[in-house]
Amino acid sequence: MDLTKQTSPSSLSIQRRTFLGRSALGFGASALGTLLSRDGYSADRDPKPKDLPHHPPRIKRVIFLYMSGGPSHLETFDYKPELARLNDQPMPESFTAGQPIAQLQGQQLKCLGPQFKFSRCGKSGQEIADILPHTQKIADDICIIRSMQTDQINHDPAHTVMNTGTSISGRPSLGAWVTYGLGSECENLPGFVVLTSVGGRNPQPISQRQWGSGFLPGEFQGVEFYSKGDAVHYISNPSGTTRDQQQSLIQTVNELNRLSPLSARDPQTAARISQLEMAFQMQMSVPDLIDIRNESPETLAAYGCDGADGSFAYNCLLARRLAERGVRFIQLYHRGWDHHGDLVPYMKTCCGLCDQPTAALLQDLRQRGLLDDTLIIWGGEFGRTPMFQGKGATAGRDHHIKGFSMWLAGGPVRGGMTYGETDELGYTAVKDPVHVRDLHATILHLLGIDHERFSVPYQGLDLRLTGVEPARVLHNLLNM
Amino acid sequence: MKLLPLFPPYRVFFCSAVLCCIGLSVFWAHSIFGQDHSKTSEEKLTFNRDIRPLLADRCFACHGPDANKRAAELRLDLPPTQELLARKIFNSAEPEKSELIARILSTDPSSVMPPPDFGKVLSPEERKRLETWIQQGAEYESHWVWAPLMQPQVPANSIHGNFGSANPIDSFLAASTHGAALSDYQTADTYTILRRLSFDLTGLPPNQEDLAWLAEQLSLQTNSSPQQSPMVDWERIIDRKLASPAYGERMSVWWLDLVRYADTVGYHGDQEHHAAPYRDWVIRAFNNNTPFDEFTRLQLAGDLLPESGDFGKIASAYNRLLQTSHEGGVQAKEYLAKYSADRVRNFSLVCLGLTVGCAECHDHKFDPISQRDFYQLASFFADLDEMQTFKGGDTSPTKRFPEIDVVSPLNESTPMRVMISKSVEPRVIRVLPRGNWLDDTGEIVSPNVPATLATLAVPERRSTRLDLANWLFDANRAMSARVTVNRLWALYFGSGIATSLEDYGSQGTPPSHPELLDWLANELILSDWDIKHIVRLIVSSEAYRSASTHSTVRTSNSFLHPLPRRIPAEFLRDSLLQASGLLDHKMGGESVRPYQPDGYYNHLNFPPRKYTASTGGDQYRRGVYTHWQRQFLHPMLRNFDAPSREECTAQRSQSNTPTQMLVLLNDPTYIEAARGLAWSAINDADCTAKDRASKIAYQIWLRALSRPPTQQEEALLIALQEKQLQQFSETPQQRDEFLIIGQWRVPHRDLLTEQEVNDLAAWSFVARSVLMLNESLTLY
Repeated sequence: MDLTKQTSPSSLSIQRRTFLGRSALGFGASALGTLLSRDGYSADRDPKPKDLPHHPPRIKRVIFLYMSGGPSHLETFDYKPELARLNDQPMPESFTAGQPIAQLQGQQLKCLGPQFKFSRCGKSGQEIADILPHTQKIADDICIIRSMQTDQINHDPAHTVMNTGTSISGRPSLGAWVTYGLGSECENLPGFVVLTSVGGRNPQPISQRQWGSGFLPGEFQGVEFYSKGDAVHYISNPSGTTRDQQQSLIQTVNELNRLSPLSARDPQTAARISQLEMAFQMQMSVPDLIDIRNESPETLAAYGCDGADGSFAYNCLLARRLAERGVRFIQLYHRGWDHHGDLVPYMKTCCGLCDQPTAALLQDLRQRGLLDDTLIIWGGEFGRTPMFQGKGATAGRDHHIKGFSMWLAGGPVRGGMTYGETDELGYTAVKDPVHVRDLHATILHLLGIDHERFSVPYQGLDLRLTGVEPARVLHNLLNM
Repeated sequence: MKLLPLFPPYRVFFCSAVLCCIGLSVFWAHSIFGQDHSKTSEEKLTFNRDIRPLLADRCFACHGPDANKRAAELRLDLPPTQELLARKIFNSAEPEKSELIARILSTDPSSVMPPPDFGKVLSPEERKRLETWIQQGAEYESHWVWAPLMQPQVPANSIHGNFGSANPIDSFLAASTHGAALSDYQTADTYTILRRLSFDLTGLPPNQEDLAWLAEQLSLQTNSSPQQSPMVDWERIIDRKLASPAYGERMSVWWLDLVRYADTVGYHGDQEHHAAPYRDWVIRAFNNNTPFDEFTRLQLAGDLLPESGDFGKIASAYNRLLQTSHEGGVQAKEYLAKYSADRVRNFSLVCLGLTVGCAECHDHKFDPISQRDFYQLASFFADLDEMQTFKGGDTSPTKRFPEIDVVSPLNESTPMRVMISKSVEPRVIRVLPRGNWLDDTGEIVSPNVPATLATLAVPERRSTRLDLANWLFDANRAMSARVTVNRLWALYFGSGIATSLEDYGSQGTPPSHPELLDWLANELILSDWDIKHIVRLIVSSEAYRSASTHSTVRTSNSFLHPLPRRIPAEFLRDSLLQASGLLDHKMGGESVRPYQPDGYYNHLNFPPRKYTASTGGDQYRRGVYTHWQRQFLHPMLRNFDAPSREECTAQRSQSNTPTQMLVLLNDPTYIEAARGLAWSAINDADCTAKDRASKIAYQIWLRALSRPPTQQEEALLIALQEKQLQQFSETPQQRDEFLIIGQWRVPHRDLLTEQEVNDLAAWSFVARSVLMLNESLTLY
């Protein structure tokens, strides 16, 4: 199947044509061809990606379900009976000597056994905690990586590594790299959309840097959609004005731009006219996107969605709607997974909010034929210590970077597979360790991009998402 | 009659007005060909211009400065050693027998260079170029930016046609074209020049006084033909703008990007910290024209210069502007390493124009900066009292001791607080193997500058930040001066003489006009680092006043025209506030908060933040005073490419996005400013009923775009006004909603008739359209 030529679902194509027909500004498809991503780019100032895709892509888009705060692998996807046995015993020093440590600095380290039961699920028999009953049902669709590793032990820099490949600020995020490389497939929405929800323990902050475009132009930064107020900043007309009025305003602006002797010879003028048209289109397409009245009660029930409330469930539903419309990179942050204390109640909260919608999203995408060309990623910036932390009424766990779990699904990803292992206490990834840059290389590979050839000259260096250390594509996780 | 810009020591009086009327001045051919290497067999190639960029990009990764990655013990970034000569890497007598040539021409995948898996190839032209260079003797040059300054003579003004200028910049550029006729040279339109000068020198559009002055100047010129540019005494405008306090505000935006000034710590909770007095000091220093060496010295080491008093201490906040984290669980040792690296990155890029960040973990691949150099630079800053930063908790503002109480350098009546540098017993700095802060096995190093650069005369003691600052303007002054004048040039031309402003190393682009660059650099040094002198030189040139060009193709024999530039975010804001009459010129003090969408700070925590828009005059302050929240920069600024200031920015990107357009369409600041602009225009038009609409349209246009509208333009505005007038007359309730967006209200609204209110709403709509135009966003 040649995904580069595949068109979006026909119903949406018709919708889009109708939409164009309705556009009263007299812009044809050519003006709309100038999209959010690629074409506003000033060719002579900035580098453009060459020869992309490098190879036939296996997926067209990515949905990254980002569990912000660092969910415990030991309560979700990495069952450790030995840790249960050592519960409350001192943590063997052989594991921790010389290792970086966060809030447990200078404290007595003792083991904390898994807090939830695990079951073998699906035909594959993957082990998943009972706190994730809906994820258990999609066990055969997901590929669990139990051997993730990252470099940074505090939230902010760890997020920055997960999103940009380095802890140094100012680099483009994964979504920005992807939209820069491949452009958008959507004519009236941004190519990179970010949605956020909250729920769980005192939510850790998350910086706009995590979806920034770094040294790439602003075209490629993630655009955040909000559930309160304007869905996108400045999307609503000024109070007291109508769409007709906005339209006559834009018409005058475009005519004046064309008349201007200075603007007339400026190549940026045409681009700006298109962007203005696009903004005007977004003022319609965004309300259309978030209007979920035509979703069936069954669909809403499957997600556990109670309307436009900014919950993870609502965001998952929007993720599907964004995917249907051809948005390239969709990132959902759920903030609340930082369980230094009261691990059990907070895991119940977070899993309660995220488990069902996640499974529903995967199934919904499959039902609509979108799972084949969508990669779903589930995981956070790091995992949590096998060691006990006592910040709260009941036990918790500290940040942990030497071994943690994530999962992938969709496209050619092998469902029902568990990849990699941590040691018997879930401390260090000992078999098939996967660094964040390996994950990045794999995501790019699926999109048809060779991470080694995908670089941008900046400050005298050829910078890549995967940096200078060797990174490997996880071919074992993919069906041929 | 004094029409030309005059500046010592180039005071040349021209008695003939003809020479001053540059006018259409068709004089040199503008050769728009790239580096034409087809002629290289006759032309002498130069290493810096023709060869180094090629070797750096294709070869240095394995045959360059990085000792750990060097292959075959071959180093191509330095002149060949005897041993390499013996290996016949280069053979000038028989180039084809050079090992280098044999390798690049080889068809055998196992021996061809660059190797196929490297991913980069040499084009036939590039291979030929290397061959020619070897034929010509394979001469090396030291890298241009750290070579001694040339002392170029200002070329005689060998001018064709009627072009004449006393400005040495023009003489250099004229000479570089070798007398070829410049077919596309044209002086920019007078209004365009005024707007350019005003924005470039003050970050503001021309004010009413400037526009009236220009109109008067033009009215005096009765006999100039349409093709001829009028004679305008630009020097007067330049003087006025350079003396304006707004000059410092404009220049500070450039500098604050470089040093990554912000009001918040950047990492994790992104709490506020006390930095605003530093910003005020920068503005003051530019306005006072503090010599650039002193300006830099105070920032790096003001705390070590007791005689500099509070200002020196405030300036030393530079060393504290880096991102810090106040997250629980931060390990001091790790963050000391992060902070140390952050300082080295920033110092190197700001003061040396070099990217050294990669040397934190390994030797630089392209430039001779070793990992040891990196940690030696870090040692200069090891005396800073850093441990106290870890005591500041997650309150906002957080505490970042040492801090002191001061008054704003711009306003003595405003008490403020500022974090400063304080020297304590230096920490031990080791080379961290692969940048690993847990590894204590690396060599202990002491402060020193990179070995490749000019030597720092080591005194009989540990070198200090002050020694480093002095070295910049003494032993290393050629480099410092080149980097600085090139950046200044880029402020006014949209592009440097050397175009890569972020890297003056071997991967950067060498200057297209090295003599001009070195002459300017000498000029900066000889003038005792007088920034205004260099700025004046640049903006007084004919080149600066030429019509902008969209072509970025540059060769050594191009004339340099300004590029059109998108107006930087802050000045865009300032321009609409000035056009509307709402701008509050108050200087300095704590940062202010323009309107911002509700909930924008929802992702901040420790503590949660609530944003309250400033009221009164503070709502209408210049963009430079906007509260700079690193993680969530004000959306209008962010949309228009203002950087987060987490890291050094030497050149802002200029993106073009629909979200920018949404700002223009719907940001309340825009709507409010449009109303202000309409109101001022209506009041100023002062007109009888007959051509009232025309006069209002004229005023709106002139205030926003600094030029009169054409008839066609005016007609479009009036048509829009009439349409909106009808709409608003029919919907008075909506009209009233539209008229109360923002805090500013039309004075005595109750005294206006319904018709007057409708009229205001409709003209506000017209003003919106003008503020959204490409011309409003762009400096042509």
